Amino acid sequence: MVIYGVALLAGCMLVGLIIGDVLGQLLGIDANLGGVGIAMLLLIFVTGYLKSHDHLPESTESGINFWNAMYIPIVVAMAASQNVAAAFSGGMVAILAGALAVVLGLAMVPLLTGKRVEDATPLDARPVSTAQGRTH
Amino acid sequence: MNDSIMSLLDKYHLIAAFAVIGLTMFVSHWMSRHLTANRLHGSAIAILIGLALAYFGGIYTGGSHGLADVSMFTGLGLMGGGMLRDLAIIATAYGVRFSEIKKAGVRGLIALFAGVLVSFLAGAVVAVGFGYTSAVDITTIAAGAVTYIVGPVTGATLGASSEVVALSIAAGLVKSILTMIVTPLVARMIGLDNPRSAMIFGGLIGTTSGVAAGLAATDARLVPYGAMTATFYTGLGILLAPTVLFLGVRMFF
Repeated sequence: MVIYGVALLAGCMLVGLIIGDVLGQLLGIDANLGGVGIAMLLLIFVTGYLKSHDHLPESTESGINFWNAMYIPIVVAMAASQNVAAAFSGGMVAILAGALAVVLGLAMVPLLTGKRVEDATPLDARPVSTAQGRTH
Repeated sequence: MNDSIMSLLDKYHLIAAFAVIGLTMFVSHWMSRHLTANRLHGSAIAILIGLALAYFGGIYTGGSHGLADVSMFTGLGLMGGGMLRDLAIIATAYGVRFSEIKKAGVRGLIALFAGVLVSFLAGAVVAVGFGYTSAVDITTIAAGAVTYIVGPVTGATLGASSEVVALSIAAGLVKSILTMIVTPLVARMIGLDNPRSAMIFGGLIGTTSGVAAGLAATDARLVPYGAMTATFYTGLGILLAPTVLFLGVRMFF
């Protein structure tokens, strides 16, 4: 059933967020520390396990893939509800600080990626694509 | 007649948002195909349209949620809000191979720390350049350059003024918006075409919304890798900015 997939996704999200919350409290910071990232790892492990044991029928998969495919539309909705006007009128401090952080970050990507090695081949070179490829 | 349509859209705001975004996606992909010969990705155009709508919505209403402050479009706030966004981000991890994540390994971890540090330094340098002298103000603005979530959390912890907190949010927003726009343009130049560089990119830039949207506009298959490191970035930023980094700033100011 489709709801199994959605529920699995929701379960991973809740467990991840709870772990992130507990981590924050343990460190005395009132925030969620990496809850979403933990949830992603959980989903990778749980679905990987279920799949290898043949417990992930196609209808369950489609419950996850729907939200996977909704990702970009949701990002567009998110972009449309940002405080863009404030970001531009927030003064040069905000614009310069943000822009400098982006420029430096982007410039460091090739530095850290290093020389292209065979374990970093482009996605197009792979015979089978990931879930995103299947849904579009 | 007009009023009844309006109140209907108000009542079914999430459904209206689905329709509006669907239309935006259609228009963007049409523009991508016919005006740019697929050179500019449809998703990138859609995000740009979204940002433009948010700008005009913000100017029109004076609110802080872009187009979502127009009562007809409140559903956009729910659709693009944290809850559904995080659910969809997590869903993108489905189908990711764990072996790819292991490959990013140590470099990914270095990227996380380097990204938080470099963004914080960039923000701090700009804040000092604009004449801020209190350690709390400098740290808060610098934390905003990390992400627009780390900024206000840090500001609240340190007791910064609301004006400085607003500036730090704005810095984070500029970072996020710029990342959305610039990433697809420079992707080829910085080798952003494989899971490993996407994870390093996510770790260095960190602003989850910007990274995910930028990668979505570059190649949707890269989103889960970049988004994953980016979500850890925010956690690391919240951990470091009000503590170690604040103490570091206080040594000089």
